[in-house]
Amino acid sequence: MQDAADPAQAAPAQPGAERIRRHQWLAVLGQAVRTPRGGTGLGLVSFVVAIAVIGPFVAPHSPDALLTVPFAKPSGSFPFGSDFLGRDVLSRVLGGGWLLLLMAVAATVIGIAVGTAAGVSAAYLRGRTDGLIMRTVDVILAFPQLVFALLLLSILGAKLWLIVLAVGLTHAPAVARVLRSATLDISERDYVKVAELQGMRPAAVMAREILPGLSTPLMVEAGLRLTYSIIVMAGLAFLGFGQAPPAANWGTMINENRAGLALNPWAVIIPAMVIALLTIGTNILTDAIGRVALGVDRRPEEAVLVDDLSPAEGRVA
Amino acid sequence: MSANGAPAGAAGNGAAGGPGDFRLDVRDLEIRSGRHGPAVVSGVSFAVRPGELLGLVGESGSGKTTVALALLGYTRRGLSVSGGEVCLDGVDLLRLPPGELRQARGAKVSYVPQDPAAALNPALRVGYQLREALRVHPGIGYATEARILGVMREASLDATPDMLRRYPHQLSGGQQQRVGLAMAFACRPSLIVLDEPTTGLDVSTQRHILDTVRSLCRGYGVAAVYVSHDLAVVSELVADVAVMYAGRIVEAGPAAMLFPKPLHPYTRGLLASVPAPESARRLAGIPGQQPSPGHRGPGCAFAPRCDFALDECQVHEPEQVVLAGRTVRCWRVAQVAASVTERPVLAPAATVPPGPPALALRGVSASYGSVPVLSGIDLDVPSQACVAVVGESGSGKTTLARCIIGLHQGWTGEMTFQGARLAQGARHRPKEVLKRIQCVFQNPYTSLNPRKTIGQIVAEPLHRFLGLSGRPQAERVVGALDDVSLGAGFLSRYPDQLSGGERQRVAIARALVVEPDLLVCDEVTSALDVSVQAVIVELLRTVQAQRHLAMIFITHNLALVPSVAQVAVVLRQGAIVEAGPAERVLAHPSSAYTARLMADVPRLAKAAPPP
Repeated sequence: MQDAADPAQAAPAQPGAERIRRHQWLAVLGQAVRTPRGGTGLGLVSFVVAIAVIGPFVAPHSPDALLTVPFAKPSGSFPFGSDFLGRDVLSRVLGGGWLLLLMAVAATVIGIAVGTAAGVSAAYLRGRTDGLIMRTVDVILAFPQLVFALLLLSILGAKLWLIVLAVGLTHAPAVARVLRSATLDISERDYVKVAELQGMRPAAVMAREILPGLSTPLMVEAGLRLTYSIIVMAGLAFLGFGQAPPAANWGTMINENRAGLALNPWAVIIPAMVIALLTIGTNILTDAIGRVALGVDRRPEEAVLVDDLSPAEGRVA
Repeated sequence: MSANGAPAGAAGNGAAGGPGDFRLDVRDLEIRSGRHGPAVVSGVSFAVRPGELLGLVGESGSGKTTVALALLGYTRRGLSVSGGEVCLDGVDLLRLPPGELRQARGAKVSYVPQDPAAALNPALRVGYQLREALRVHPGIGYATEARILGVMREASLDATPDMLRRYPHQLSGGQQQRVGLAMAFACRPSLIVLDEPTTGLDVSTQRHILDTVRSLCRGYGVAAVYVSHDLAVVSELVADVAVMYAGRIVEAGPAAMLFPKPLHPYTRGLLASVPAPESARRLAGIPGQQPSPGHRGPGCAFAPRCDFALDECQVHEPEQVVLAGRTVRCWRVAQVAASVTERPVLAPAATVPPGPPALALRGVSASYGSVPVLSGIDLDVPSQACVAVVGESGSGKTTLARCIIGLHQGWTGEMTFQGARLAQGARHRPKEVLKRIQCVFQNPYTSLNPRKTIGQIVAEPLHRFLGLSGRPQAERVVGALDDVSLGAGFLSRYPDQLSGGERQRVAIARALVVEPDLLVCDEVTSALDVSVQAVIVELLRTVQAQRHLAMIFITHNLALVPSVAQVAVVLRQGAIVEAGPAERVLAHPSSAYTARLMADVPRLAKAAPPP
């Protein structure tokens, strides 16, 4: 028989469960990957990440070596044929992912960090700060993301760190909007008021009281922005803003080899497919996380218990 | 008598037609979580005659809404009906094919939800929504203008074309609920299910809605099931009552017999929790918490909270017995019946200790933008007494609290706290002042940060205000939790592991841990069940008396006032209507407004059934 007033029962069941409780995002992530949707997404992402990370070590040839005639058809030693300079397509695909991934992740981190800081402070501080931040966001959002990044790069030059920074900054406005509306909701909660009444400074209120409650929208945003980062990074590489020429890059490969599409289509199809699998994977996984967070994909018995345990919530006038 | 355990002869009729004099006959209803999960509701049987109302009462989580929805052949996501029948005019709704069930809903059985603001479509005009209710069932009524106006008149709405053109947000809460009633009664159903339709409405509005419900049911011979947690409301309204606990009906019978002499310990506890506006009674709540589905033991689900429980209560599920005109599920019913419970009456503490007031307000006016909310409030809060601020929604009582604690800055006038002027906003007040004025908020579900442990939550003010950390901090946190009878076991728990009442105690502990001089309680019990409300009010009363605190207790519930406060202040549209010693204000109100509020407060019917 359960009696919650009994202190004996209050001790945490196990340290693992307690850890998940403290970091709610872990619990959400755990539930998400257990849904069919989340499992598929995670599988696709892991597959592509594995290619990018392990690839350079297992590639049969050097990605830069000129080994055969340009656009050679697939054969025994070149399973996907060769590219426009006669380099091995398989080896270039295996070796051309890790930097792209790393850059995409870095850009996402920058975008989330800047966007969150802007969105949360706009929503919490209100007034002039809100107006200033959100109007800036509106202006930046008026440009297409790719065009904005291209503009920055053509002015400042195509350095790798600059690409990362440009892509990251172009993410920030969209992140700021989402986080602002999530913060507007949380900052009206009474526990935020209590913190204010304890004389906490605004920065501390945002960091300690508000931010922990934003873990789910942050996760969904991070997944979404990662998807876009990959697309934009690959797109920029396709347009010539990527690593310097001899280096392999999935985006660059599509551009380099499209002239020989009729001779060896694999040189284009394989990098395009890897990019597609990765973005589809991150997208599905993000979707699964969002659904779990919203309670759409909660298991029925959990849904019932949640309803039954917090019934008074709706009753407050 | 038409409640649980209908006569055996009636039960034998089966689906063939049901007993003629019952409109609704529910037998052995069982609802599970999933297909084979734990039972959420089991063994629920009751019956209702035409024109009569049955009250289905219980705390939140008792399964009363689940049963109510099953009466419409509906279950919430994740639940399924695993047994029993719901016979309406002899037809088992649970076995109807989906098409026929859809036909029956609205036409034969209709539903009035709890929150009218959420139930009406905000984008459609009232007239359209009323017309739609009739149009769905073309065989029953014609959606002519005259018919719709007639439907509105029945629900005591202004039957004017202007009203039809309005949108839901242009109506008051009471009018919205009347539209809900009009829609429910429009097709002349056999059964109406009302799910707490007056929760969230002011007492006077509530009284009018209840009168309308009663006369409509009588007038059209409609059977009604009225779901509510508010026993006082139910006792005034219904002929029969069924009390639910942990998914079972524990006691059921005619209201006139059950309310004066309850036989189940749970019913007794519930009734002892109901505050009465006339007397300064000490409220007795029910300690502990209702077990959730899947955590109910083999025996009586109430046994862990029951004063009468023996060991066998924990092991064997009590049989249903018929006694004194009602059915009861309790092994110890004979002992309960023999025992007498008298609620102890509080010693009259009407005298306010002399001395300068802790807080004095002079000419305080407040507004939100250009909308005035408070005008010219003069208020003295004695340094060792509790002042109850009473008012209906929109009276400005919460704004008053927010001005005092410094969350609302748009006020003018003067506030003096312990002889010193209070700055408008909390940010401009010295830390020492912030420490001395603590508050407890209305909704315990949003006042605790869900990402922090109870220990962290209670320790925060100690760290902020007193710079305490380490051992001394930990000791005071445990001390504060002990004071609200939670104890050290709660330190490492998170708010979502606590019930509403426990959360509110944590909020109280957080306020008391820094030993404030003034405690502001803003509607602290309005989100809680009556049994929990009683415990919290009693806790606040003892804390206030023992620590000689000044306290402001803000509430819409007049009945709570004598149990906690020595001084009462009645607020209406931002101005004080009446102020004085609580007993005098409630017993001999000098303003017509207070007198009307007092008259409209629902009271437990003592002996006579409703007229």
